[in-house]
Amino acid sequence: MTQQIFRDSDADRAFRPSWFLGRAAIYAVLLVWAFICLFPIYWTLTTSFKAAPDVMQGNLVPWVDFEPKMLGLRSLGLSPETIFAESTVRAEFLKRFWNSVIVALCSSALALVLGSMAAYGLSRFNYRFSFMKNADISFFFLSQLILPPVVLALPFLVLYKELALLDTRIGLILLYTLTVMPIVIWIMRDQFSSIPTELEEAALVDGLSIWGAFVTIILPIALPGMVAAFILSLVLTWNEYFFAALLTSTNANTLPVMVASQTGSQGISWWSMAALSSAAILPLILVAILLEKYIIKGMAAGAVK
Amino acid sequence: MASTEADYLHIVTADNISAARIRFGKTIIWASAALLCVVGLVQYLDTQGVVSLGFETWRPTLYAFLIWASCLCWGQVLLYGERGKRSLFVLPAALFVVAMVVFPLIFALGIAFSNWNLSSPTGRQFNGLDNVRQMWADPFYWNALKNMVWYTLAIVVEYAIAFGLALALNAQIRARKFFRVAFLLPLMLSPVAVSWMIGKSMLEIRFGPVAHLVRELGFDQISFFGSPEMARFMIMAMDAWTFIPFMMIMILAGLQAIPKELHEAAEVDGASGWRRFWEITFPLMLPVSITAILIRIIFKLKLADIIINITAGGPGGATDSVTSFIFREYRDRSNVGYGTLLAIVYLVLIVIAMTILMKLADRWMRPRY
Repeated sequence: MTQQIFRDSDADRAFRPSWFLGRAAIYAVLLVWAFICLFPIYWTLTTSFKAAPDVMQGNLVPWVDFEPKMLGLRSLGLSPETIFAESTVRAEFLKRFWNSVIVALCSSALALVLGSMAAYGLSRFNYRFSFMKNADISFFFLSQLILPPVVLALPFLVLYKELALLDTRIGLILLYTLTVMPIVIWIMRDQFSSIPTELEEAALVDGLSIWGAFVTIILPIALPGMVAAFILSLVLTWNEYFFAALLTSTNANTLPVMVASQTGSQGISWWSMAALSSAAILPLILVAILLEKYIIKGMAAGAVK
Repeated sequence: MASTEADYLHIVTADNISAARIRFGKTIIWASAALLCVVGLVQYLDTQGVVSLGFETWRPTLYAFLIWASCLCWGQVLLYGERGKRSLFVLPAALFVVAMVVFPLIFALGIAFSNWNLSSPTGRQFNGLDNVRQMWADPFYWNALKNMVWYTLAIVVEYAIAFGLALALNAQIRARKFFRVAFLLPLMLSPVAVSWMIGKSMLEIRFGPVAHLVRELGFDQISFFGSPEMARFMIMAMDAWTFIPFMMIMILAGLQAIPKELHEAAEVDGASGWRRFWEITFPLMLPVSITAILIRIIFKLKLADIIINITAGGPGGATDSVTSFIFREYRDRSNVGYGTLLAIVYLVLIVIAMTILMKLADRWMRPRY
């Protein structure tokens, strides 16, 4: 009994050109698109090390086409020679960067806290605020997504002026919280409704209050979803330009506003623009590489039911 | 959507709420509400010049509102015990949204029918329907609305590309993590940085790499933002570049949720790859696709950053979106009233269009099963 009983048929074992062709096509598509995605980032990062002639000649590869110079970093006062010296440019840049960090982190955190609470409540209890039931309340929150920022922009300009919140970080934080909260609620409601209610029932029987059960039992389970919601909020708030351009002028400017304000001038110094843009995109690139799993999870939350 | 009636927690608790506690709860709610009204009224009188107390800002009213909001939350617990604690989950978010959206919207309606130049000393003047008449005769606004239709239609192409990429990513490939991260990156980048990186430097006519490439391909003397059609196309392409990953990931998640057995069964039945896609994958992906497209439309309607930074609406308003148009309208003439009216008309149009779309989507999704 040496003969194999189960084996691939000859047709399966034969060389199949169409199969290899399909593979090759898939990889070709993927590689082309990866190139399209990555090249602008590569271009920005390298341009910050190019001198004017290198930019003009369109040199691409460092050390081969051109000798990298610390021009971009020097223009921000961050190159090795200038890092210990006093620098007004650096102070300016760090102030904007710090504004962006604070505004993005605070508004995402605030949206996460308010949004998770609301999402939990909506996924667990039966509410009735006059005519509004759960579905209506959910719709009320989610419908904020449709609201275009431009509708709120001018009224807020006037209101903030009256409230002395114009050009403050708190004003921006409040507005950004509002814009990302529907997304947080959407992701978190999904997350909470996938957690069985028996968990809370057990916790309540053991003597925890409902808030105790929420904080000590449910939140740790929903942590991946919270991370996803937080990162998505972070991406949106870090990149926000429209409100920041309208509502801030000197104190609370964020990084995108600083980048945009440099583009208009006639003699653009390419390396410093590139360095600024790199600073604006690098933090999120790092986040994307390290936490890619959560971002994808967050965005997929609404898609699959 | 996901939660059905059966999922709710049912808790029965015996609350013993004393009459004194109820009285206290009611007192703080009404007292703080009265405080809010009084402060608001005094401030209003102050601005009208009836009394002069020297308020510089409306901050006191804001603080009174915050006090009232906290007292309302606390009062819920005092009045309703365990039930109040439950409503405490939703109440803060609801109060926040009402304060930040509903109130400004009502305020916006007031502004929309007035002539209000923020830099002029005369302040706000009610001018009835003048703004509406001005809007009706404003060719640039209608042009911007028309552009929005074009920009929205571009989503069909974006969807096709995103679907193709998702299919490729879903195939048996190596280095999937690398591709996923690479494809995701454009979404993470700030539109302002993108508009500089791509719009201003890579598309620079003299030495930008894209211009180089196009010249190598044999086209000469092209300008990317010269002709209206070309400029509009470039804006669409850049916006697509940032947002294709978003649709791709949603579609990919949908693809991965399709059970493998379906494909295997179809393969056994002898269906070709092409037919398997149209008869199984595509119909099953319909709900996900519609969700992705609807969300994408919502984001597309907010399109502004790239346009403001690259073309500023030019040439001749050919690339204007409504948002960027209103932004410039305000920047150039600082007329708050007219801009607000345009924005509100836009909002009404969006709400109507989205309602129709959602109804249609509902109808399309149903009979398939």
